[in-house]
Amino acid sequence: MSSETNKVLFGPVVDNNPIALQVLGVCSALAVTSSMANALVMTLAVIFVTAFSNLFISAIRNQIPSSVRIIVQMAIIASLVIVVDQVLKAFSYQLSKELSVFIGLIITNCIVMGRAEAFAMKEKPGISFLDGIGNGLGYGAVLMVVAFFRELFGFGTVFGIEILQLTQNGGWYQGNGLLVLPFSSFFIIGLIIWAVRQWKPEQVEED
Amino acid sequence: MSSNKETFGGTLVFVLIICLVCAALVSISAVGLKPLQQANKLLDKQTKILEASGLLEKAGTDIVGTYAKFVNAKMIDLDSGAIIEGDTDNFDERSDARDESKSIKPINDIASINRRANHAVIYLVKDNQGQLDTIVLPIVGSGLWDLMYGFVGLAPDLNTVRSVVYSDLKETPGLGAEVLNPKWKALWPGKKMYNEQGEAAIKIVKGGAKKGDVHGVDALSGATLTSQGVERTLHFWLGDEGYGPFITKFRNGGLK
Repeated sequence: MSSETNKVLFGPVVDNNPIALQVLGVCSALAVTSSMANALVMTLAVIFVTAFSNLFISAIRNQIPSSVRIIVQMAIIASLVIVVDQVLKAFSYQLSKELSVFIGLIITNCIVMGRAEAFAMKEKPGISFLDGIGNGLGYGAVLMVVAFFRELFGFGTVFGIEILQLTQNGGWYQGNGLLVLPFSSFFIIGLIIWAVRQWKPEQVEED
Repeated sequence: MSSNKETFGGTLVFVLIICLVCAALVSISAVGLKPLQQANKLLDKQTKILEASGLLEKAGTDIVGTYAKFVNAKMIDLDSGAIIEGDTDNFDERSDARDESKSIKPINDIASINRRANHAVIYLVKDNQGQLDTIVLPIVGSGLWDLMYGFVGLAPDLNTVRSVVYSDLKETPGLGAEVLNPKWKALWPGKKMYNEQGEAAIKIVKGGAKKGDVHGVDALSGATLTSQGVERTLHFWLGDEGYGPFITKFRNGGLK
């Protein structure tokens, strides 16, 4: 794998993370991180949408009239999101009941649109596709970490498997009520950003 | 094409093509996946009904077969309580409740449902000997955030509770959504819905119901409003504007 592909694919995971560095897509990161299974499905959905929207938009980038380019990007992204929602409904009804609202909101996820506008409109389809996957992975990495802490300390489970037995199920662990609620993700994301910037000081913004 | 892409006509043609392609993509996926989606939805509902009647463990993986063998769906008219003819498979309480010609505005809307469908589909569940074992009644009522949909399973005396199973809700995970916790669901079997005067007496008790209290069920800790919602939902559906007429009719003459 060439170093450029590597950079495009794995760069967004830590070095140029869409949530931690660019602080995009935080809204959905709050909503779907109460369980790891939800976060994983959301991650896969976002990877799919960013990758294919980048691919299609890049493929027709030279034909898109600049006056309507945002609308064209939106139409493509929205269509892909609807397809994802339909597929989820067909193959995992239980998850779709919980996630349907948030899957729909991928359309407004700034990461998808941001990559389409900033990358796919300039680069070739192949590399744009990888960029989409990379940014989806970066988004997913943060989601999974947040979901891990929220599910473990809020519900005592990891992927639904009991690790800390809750008092209401006859165990010793009193679930953390704060982590159960969506806004607790703000604290965790904040801590992640702090940790990443301690590790990679070049990410710290100038005053 | 790229030379004239910025002209008005070029833009229009381009946008049209994009719209057609996207529309085709969306339609193909929606139509192509519809049978699978409907099967999923039905399976989900049947699973909940079997759970409400206590047959889920016996069913194992064969939900459809068990459902077909033991469950008999009947449509009833809620105001008169009579069993009527109707398409039980395609009955949709939610769309009927939005249709003014097929629903009423309850006078005493304690469950805050706003409108109630005129008809309801109930499920008669038989045991192995073919005797009526459980009657599963769909319920709906407001929780903290939104309407909560579920089923209540009653013994043939229409008083002894077999189960209260919620199937669709948007309550807070870990607090209100604990209505789905098996520990809480296990508190219900054996409770009595009505007191000796025939009034709905089931109640959710904050701080825990007294031992031996046949009408009291522990409230969910940290979810007062959801708990109240459950109690009000049950009172509404057990009352005159819910299944009351059906329950009276049923007790007076059984199912004819």
